[in-house]
Order: sequence, then structure tokens, then C-alpha cells
Amino acid sequence: MRKSLLGNAALVILGLFLALLPLTGYQEGIVVLLCINCVAAMGVSLLTGFTGIFTLGHAAYMALGAYTAAIMTARWGVHWLPSIVAGGVVAVAVAWLIGMPTLRLTGDYYAIASIGLGEAIRLILENWQSFTRGARGFPGIASYASRGVAAALFTVLGIAMFNLIGSRLGRELKASRDDPAAASLMGFNTTASRMKALLISAFYCGISGALLAGYMTFIQPSMFDMMKSTELTAVVVFGGLGSMSGTLLGAAIITLAMELFRNASGIVPYIPSFISPKWTGVLVDFLTNLSQYRMLLYGLLLVGVMVLLPEGMQGLWSFARKIFSWFFPDTGRPDPEKEGLR
Amino acid sequence: MSALLEVRDFHVSYGAIKALQGFSLSLEEREIVSVIGSNGAGKSTFMNAVMGMVARDRGEAFLDGRKLPARSFQVVRSGLSLAPEGRKIFAPLTVLENLQIGAFSRAKQSGARADMEWVFYLFPRLKERVRQLAGTLSGGEQQMLAIGRALMARPRVLLLDEPSLGLAPIVIRDIFNELRRVNEEGVSILLVEQNARQALLLSHRTYVLQTGRLLKEGPSKTLLTDPEIKSAYLGKGQAP
Repeated sequence: MRKSLLGNAALVILGLFLALLPLTGYQEGIVVLLCINCVAAMGVSLLTGFTGIFTLGHAAYMALGAYTAAIMTARWGVHWLPSIVAGGVVAVAVAWLIGMPTLRLTGDYYAIASIGLGEAIRLILENWQSFTRGARGFPGIASYASRGVAAALFTVLGIAMFNLIGSRLGRELKASRDDPAAASLMGFNTTASRMKALLISAFYCGISGALLAGYMTFIQPSMFDMMKSTELTAVVVFGGLGSMSGTLLGAAIITLAMELFRNASGIVPYIPSFISPKWTGVLVDFLTNLSQYRMLLYGLLLVGVMVLLPEGMQGLWSFARKIFSWFFPDTGRPDPEKEGLR
Repeated sequence: MSALLEVRDFHVSYGAIKALQGFSLSLEEREIVSVIGSNGAGKSTFMNAVMGMVARDRGEAFLDGRKLPARSFQVVRSGLSLAPEGRKIFAPLTVLENLQIGAFSRAKQSGARADMEWVFYLFPRLKERVRQLAGTLSGGEQQMLAIGRALMARPRVLLLDEPSLGLAPIVIRDIFNELRRVNEEGVSILLVEQNARQALLLSHRTYVLQTGRLLKEGPSKTLLTDPEIKSAYLGKGQAP
């Protein structure tokens, strides 16, 4: 009880911090993007990390949220707040229709099905020209996703998520992930549990998409392709399966790293003067061209984390201890060989 | 006349293989009934069929005269609780969390706290390890946890599938003594066991299953001295 109160307070402080920190316009944009990515990542984390259902199609639910909010605000003149909520609700409705027949699939089979489903939704949005304007994209969305709105939604949804995973429903999801047969012997309807997890994750992704529409003011179907879906799941694995705080940390690191790679030339003025001109030249060259290689670096980052931290960012603590013990080998457990206990 | 649990004419097959070919059983209130038999006799199949974990071709089961539903989570909610073969505890969760999950199927959560005290009273070892991850318990403690978790549902009948599996003889004796105490507390028990001697010593009545059919049934005391059962299932030595 006290633990969850502390966690809630921490999230509120984090939200206020994100909303009130004095920042430049560009930095504000990064904060909004951070909140958007964290909301989507929390949704996918619940499904993949806590329920054990791998998905490679959740960008489609973001797309549904984005298009719902865009059409409602820009075309029908609805206020942005109900439009964002509607984005989540539409994603939930479609997830329910999709989940009914497909959630019987388990493991890799659902992951494969989710690729197809995600692409199908994107292709429908791309080809339903009369309604969505298709591949030309949907312009003229009001810029409603201000920093305060994004931070507030992130805080509310974050608190809801952290309380959910500690609740009865959270235990239910973890039980059906760890052992479906044993879970059903405890009286859990595991099919229903999986459905609940899918619906909640779709809601989070829908809200996230609706925020993205209000941040970018222009959306097009190609923003929500398989690449984006893979990124969502990669962030969750990167953060550590079955750890919500790891997911948030992972989403933050990936978002900031991508932004850094995109704008690495911005660091050029900060190169310290003691570096020789020859090396400064090399560095400037590298930084200005870095954005071309950002996908390569992103890939390297993911591979590096998987090799060094197989449990994701949640394994950071034990990793730090391991590094520490390399430098100070005498700390940690006594080694029977050295102690002469052979 | 009407038994607490009544199983009538169970038929189960896996493809062309018939695992159960018409097995019936009854269990009275406060009774311990065991089902013994060798490998592949259909014991676990029978247990899973009662719990709705495998589909049956024919046959019905009644609890208190009411027909048992088909799916396992519904069976659990209607008052049967199984400590499954191989224990199937949630290894990454703590002992406490495992017990809490066991109480999930109860209509009212209010009694769960008192029942946890009751489980700790029956298995004091679990109370000592309440914050420990279940996967780090010893085999015997894991079996106690599986039984405790099943009891958290406050079942009308406690079903046990091979509680002796993979345990040392002295631990098996402990577990079976605990089960006798559980029964003295008023819980009816249906036990499936390969360890025939322990099952016969614990239970009131026993059914002997052979290749999916009933071979013999009767009071456990009688079967203990039955020459056929002795030579086939009990051996000559002093196995526990």
C-alpha cells in the first residue's frame, strides 16, 4: 500500500517536472515525443512483458488513434480532449474484433499474425482515400498536444498502469504468462485475461497515436508501418520484459538517442578546445554525417544491450555490480579456489 | 446415498489411443479416496478430465448433485481445486503471491486472510519462507506450496496428482502426514498416486486403475493385504 503511494507520488513529480521545466521550443518537442513514446511503450509492455504475447503490429493501434483524433478535430470540429479519448476507444474496439479470432494463437504464431493485421490496418488507411486522404497524408490538425497535455496524460496513464500491474488483474496476467495451465487451475479464464491485456494495450497505443497527431499536425499511414511496430516491441525488450519502470527507462533512452543521432551536428560548438584541430575536423565530420547512420547506430545499440544486458535495462543494476567486481575482484562472494577450500 | 463427488463413466482418448474407457468413482464428504495404478494407467488423464483440462468423449461428473462445468476455470470456481502433477507453482513469484493467486477463484475475498493463516498453520515451513521466490524452495516445500495454494480456494474437494513425485522418501512421509491433518480439518481429498503403499495407508478407499479400466476397488485396508495388489503394486521390500 505504502509502496504504491510512493510510486504514484514519484510519477506525479516526474510529470510536473516534465511539464514545468523551463525549456526551449525544440526541447519541449522532445519532451512531448518522450511522453507519447512512453504511453505507447507502456501499452505494449503490458501485453508483451506482463502477459507474454509478442506483437509486431501495435503501430496500427497508434494509427487508429491518430486518424480518429485527426478526423474528429480537423474535419468534424470536435474538442481535442474527447477526440483523444475516442482515439483510444476506437483502437480498443478494433483490437476486440481482431482479438476474438486471433488470441487463440500463442507464442510466435500470434506475433506473425500481428504483423499481417498491423499491415492490413495501415493499408486500409492508405487506400480509403475518400475518408483518410490515403497516402497523401492528413494535414491541418490543430496543435493540441502541448507539453502540459502530453505530460498530464502520461502521468495519469502511468499511475493507472503501475497500479494495474500490482492489482488482481496484474497477478492474473502474470499467472497466465508464466503457466497458462496452472493459471486456469487457479480459476483464471486465461483467454479472457489475454483479451483484457490486448484491449488495455490498444487503448494506450490509441491515446499515444492521438497525441502524436496533435503534436505532428500532419499524419500519414507510412508513419505507422512495421518499422514503427518493431520499434515499440524493441523498446519494451530493451527496457526489460516484465518491468514497467525498465520500459519507461528504455523508451526514454531510445527516444533521446534517436534524437541525438538525428541532430548530432548540434554538438559541434561544444567540442572542447584542447582537442587538436586535426581530430576536431574528424569529429565534426563524424557528427555532421551521423544522422545518415542513425539506424545503424540504433541497431548497434539494441544488439549491444541484448549482449551486455540480456534482461534489458532492468538488469542494469546487476550489470553495474558485475563491472564493479571486475575492478575490485575481492568484493562479492568468497571464491572457494582462492580461499584454499578445494 | 448421494456422494459429494460423483464421476460416471469417463471416456477419454488421445487420437486413436483410448486413455480412459469407462471409469467411475465416488467420494463422500470428509473422505480420502485414492486412485492407484502403474505408468500409463490413465491416472493423470482422469484427474485432468475431472478438472476440465482435457476433453472427454463421454461421461459426467457431479459435485453435490450438480453437474460440473466443462472448462477448467469454471470447475475451479464451482469447488474443486487441483494441486497438479509436477506442482506447477509460479516460480518467479513469491510464496505469498502464489498463495494469493490461489485465492483468486473465491467468490468472497474476505476469508482469504484467515485461510492463509490456516495454510501456515498446516504448513509452518511456508510461513518461514513467505517472501522467498517459489522457484528457490526445495521440492518438498514446493509440493507443500502447491497444496497450500490449492487450499486457498477453499475447495469442497482437494485433488492431488502425484504429490510424491520426485521427492525423497522421508519428505513423502512428511507430506502424507500433512495431508492426513488437512483431512482431519474437514477437507475431502481425491488423490492420484503411483506410490501405492503411501496412498493405501493414507486413504479410506482406493480404486485401482489398469490401462484405462477399473481393476479393483475397496477399502484401502483390505487392498493392502490383497495378494494380487501386493504382488503387482507393493513389492516385497519395505518401500516407503
